[in-house]
Amino acid sequence: MLVTDHSDATASVDDSKPDGGTFTGNRGLHIEEPLLFEVGQVDSTGVDLPEPEPTGSRLGAHARRTPLELAGLSEPEALRHYVRLSKQNYAIDMGVYPLGSCTMKHNPRLSEKVARLPGFADIHPLQPLSTVPGAIELMQELAAWLMAMTGMPAIALSPKAGAHGELCGMMAIRAALISRGEDVTRTTVLAPESAHGTNPATAAFLGYKVEAIPARDNGTVDPAVVREKLGPHVATIMLTNPNTCGLFEPDIVEIADAVHEAGAYFYCDGANLNAILGKVRPGDFGIDAMHINLHKTLATPHGGGGPGAGPVVLSESLAPFAPLPFIRQEGGKPILVEAESDAVDDKPLGRLGAFHGQMGMWVRALAYLLSHGADGAREASENAVLNANYVRVGLADVMSQPFGDRICMHEVLFDDAFLDGSGVSTLDFAKAMIDEGYHPMTMYFPLVVHGALLVEPTESESRAELDQFIATLRDLAARAKAGPADAFKAAPTTAPRRRLDETQAARRPVLRWRPKPATEPNNEA
Amino acid sequence: MRYLPHSEADREAMLAKIGVTSVDDLYADVPASARLEGLVDLPLGKGELEVERHLGDIAARNLAAGASAFFVGAGAYRHHIPATVDHLIQRSEFLTAYTPYQPEISQGTLQALFEFQTQVATITGMEVANGGMYDGSTATAEAVQMARRITARKKTVLSGGLHPHYRQVIETLAGMSGGRIEAMPSNPAMTEDIAGRIDDDTACVVVQSPSFYGELIDLAPIADACHANGALLVAVVTEIVALGAIEPPGAQGADIVAAEGQSLGNTLSFGGPYVGLIATREKFIRQLPGRLCGQTVDAEGKRGFVLTLSAREQHIRREKATSNICTSSGLCALAFSIHLGLLGGTGLERLARINHTNAGRMADALTAIDGVEVLNQTFFNEFTIRVDGDAAKLVEALAERNILAGVPVSRLEPARPDLRDLVLIATTELNIGADRERLTNALGELLPCW
Amino acid sequence: MPTHYTKEHEWISVDGAEAVIGISGYAQEQLGDIVFVELPELGKQLKKGDIGAVVESVKAASEVYAAASGEVVAVNDALGDDPGLVNREAEDGGWFFRLRLSDPGELEGLMDASAYRALLAAIE
Repeated sequence: MLVTDHSDATASVDDSKPDGGTFTGNRGLHIEEPLLFEVGQVDSTGVDLPEPEPTGSRLGAHARRTPLELAGLSEPEALRHYVRLSKQNYAIDMGVYPLGSCTMKHNPRLSEKVARLPGFADIHPLQPLSTVPGAIELMQELAAWLMAMTGMPAIALSPKAGAHGELCGMMAIRAALISRGEDVTRTTVLAPESAHGTNPATAAFLGYKVEAIPARDNGTVDPAVVREKLGPHVATIMLTNPNTCGLFEPDIVEIADAVHEAGAYFYCDGANLNAILGKVRPGDFGIDAMHINLHKTLATPHGGGGPGAGPVVLSESLAPFAPLPFIRQEGGKPILVEAESDAVDDKPLGRLGAFHGQMGMWVRALAYLLSHGADGAREASENAVLNANYVRVGLADVMSQPFGDRICMHEVLFDDAFLDGSGVSTLDFAKAMIDEGYHPMTMYFPLVVHGALLVEPTESESRAELDQFIATLRDLAARAKAGPADAFKAAPTTAPRRRLDETQAARRPVLRWRPKPATEPNNEA
Repeated sequence: MRYLPHSEADREAMLAKIGVTSVDDLYADVPASARLEGLVDLPLGKGELEVERHLGDIAARNLAAGASAFFVGAGAYRHHIPATVDHLIQRSEFLTAYTPYQPEISQGTLQALFEFQTQVATITGMEVANGGMYDGSTATAEAVQMARRITARKKTVLSGGLHPHYRQVIETLAGMSGGRIEAMPSNPAMTEDIAGRIDDDTACVVVQSPSFYGELIDLAPIADACHANGALLVAVVTEIVALGAIEPPGAQGADIVAAEGQSLGNTLSFGGPYVGLIATREKFIRQLPGRLCGQTVDAEGKRGFVLTLSAREQHIRREKATSNICTSSGLCALAFSIHLGLLGGTGLERLARINHTNAGRMADALTAIDGVEVLNQTFFNEFTIRVDGDAAKLVEALAERNILAGVPVSRLEPARPDLRDLVLIATTELNIGADRERLTNALGELLPCW
Repeated sequence: MPTHYTKEHEWISVDGAEAVIGISGYAQEQLGDIVFVELPELGKQLKKGDIGAVVESVKAASEVYAAASGEVVAVNDALGDDPGLVNREAEDGGWFFRLRLSDPGELEGLMDASAYRALLAAIE
């Protein structure tokens, strides 16, 4: 595969063209930073290690022969490198991060502190269980909180993220159908068109045929349509509630009853649990399985794309199929069951990852739950919903809503009708927000809405922040309508980078840096 | 509640603006039968001090590795993490950013990801790597799925030297998605004839080196046998520091490398969060699961980075996606990358030499004890010993003396009585001579009459 | 060379016992910048409705179905280096693959150019 010559695209150290009037290309606090491999040198290191006194090698014929040419950084170089990079990122600690469905809320630093206690961070998953009773206790306590909050009788803690939890829940359903002898006949999964992409991806991975449920005009699922589609061929319905349009499914109990009458299971995507935690228990509206994104609802940091954790609550009928490892009570004592041979009456679906799961994220989530308590969790959910509706009301007359102006849950969905004729697209509008100092909302999702803009302010935003945010969006909407569109098309202009050429990135993928060959000026990979 | 900015007056004013009288009016769509009157039956919120005290008490009930003589490995390793790493990953701009979907204001995360991919590809000896997976076991299971997509074949052969948990994860996923697994029996001696298991429906062979038992495996002949039959070799590495000392899988013909990256930058944390690595050849990039960062230019021609080839991913391809993976291990990948950036190739090689030297000393000291036999022909920083009697009980007895001696194989292979006398012993740069003496002295006392 | 169209916005142009398949100008416009085309293997037997190729743009991926059954006798290798050819010459140089038809009768019922134009007019 042909790879472009990196040196041509390098805008940093050896570029002779001045940028924005500066010699360096830097702009005040924004400092351009080359790649680690361009800053560092292959014989540099920022870690002082004593050369060991040689003993005989036990590597046999396996010692490294291929040279390891990898740049190292001294400590000051490393700090500067990463601090300069960090300053090219937006973050929830900097401002409103209204990504619908992603729940960018405040990340308490207490969680970071307790997760680093040696009794949590410095314990090995395979040291004798007799030496880690606190770890088992923490798992039990978190499990108890999550089960009580959701009104569910069982939980699998081990999944490592929401999608992993979803896979776990769907596998538990599959395992239950196998034990009922119905896995061969129940081969269809129903999912609304507005579902998260992971839902059909997970169902398809397990070999299910996915049948889409169209939404009603008001953006919710019609129980009559579900009834029509149900039958002995349906394994599961996968529903998000509150749904991806930011609406609570008003007929959810009726839908759950119909699903159960038809012998199928109800998998609930828990991505939007943060709207109802402490207010509504999903167990009360009839779910059989639901993953909980600890990095959304329980505020463990997103970290630029993980780590997350995705525990799954399970109904009585699915509990025996929970994956290894799980905790069982024996004589009033908790036992961590790690192997199928110790499962006794349970029929674990297997194992989803090495070791036990995301202890580091469990500790953070439990700190969040203990801090909030039943009362604080309820207040947080209420404020999340309050804030979304406050944004809705503040923008209703200048932006457009696909299902009319109606009360929403924790996020409010707009479409691009308000931009009709302006020449400004959803993307342009979002990019213009960047110049105003905001991270854009989720765009073009859910897919069922044209040019969707999904705004989730979360409970962390104060009224003053929301007022400023609303005023900014009103101003942008007015400017978009007044035209011309040029300024929107060019946005952002004040960010560390202008719009990036994603077509070039995908047509001629350059996925790594390569050293420039010493002899030939034009390199080809 | 200290995390919630609204005063009661704010709430009132906002409700008035919305045009409702109470916050419950906003929950009007919730059917009556699902509505919770009052609070969930759980404690009320606590202040920071109380929470810290409570969780501190729980943590104190665990025996931390640092408070013991520590030799536990088997897929998770305790290494020294430079202070710079933890400081940098706690910067708000890394810690509290989302997946970099808006590249103009996410170049920090994206460039770090590009550097991570480059580092992973370089140390594994492969052409390209992705932006990280949940952990080594899920990376391996995804590598198997990837090999099935590339070859359009169903069978996977697992070496008996593969970590038993990895084997179970692969079996679980394959069992649910129409794959066929042939697992060789778990075996410290590594005398298996894996090439003989390859047939014309074999998608891949999965071999771990250093093996679960610590033995170093010559991958080249297995790669040749795979390629002669149209199958792929998936090479697994659970201790990434080893690649500072041993020939990388990419130089031995591996098609996909799946690895655990925890050893660099990430604490043990009872098993997670860690970071999985996947590296492969350039021709397979469109079959790679997970996120990929690519280089491009912006509207002014400046170099920049974006998530690319995302059409493969679940949020676009939905039921035709390469994997359902979404959020993975961004911050753990950053920690890995910073640690490796500090080490550089020179530092990684020296770190590996220290690990290897310490393991050699440990093996020599154990060999001298009556009732202990070191089974390995070769090893990096972990090896298997056979002891007289039940290894799990011996490890328990040592734990009572604050010596975390290693992993009894029976913990992971309880159904194999023939492995009940085996213990995996791992050493790193953190094992000082005094720890070694504590272990050998204790074994010397316990073993003759065990 | 009569050209037919499918509801999925593919075109199939018949040339004696063989036919060339690609995606319509409308389809490439909807996809945006094409970044990658996965072509079938030579000699592969496709049944009508099978996935013949996959076309990827920055924001979407889409299957190209075989509008008729047959054996793949040629693929457009030029798309490997230059997938943008599909954007520039969708119904000409941006063809995907060529089939030796096993049942030319299958083409009956597909749209001709004017019927396809009417379909597009109805969509717009």
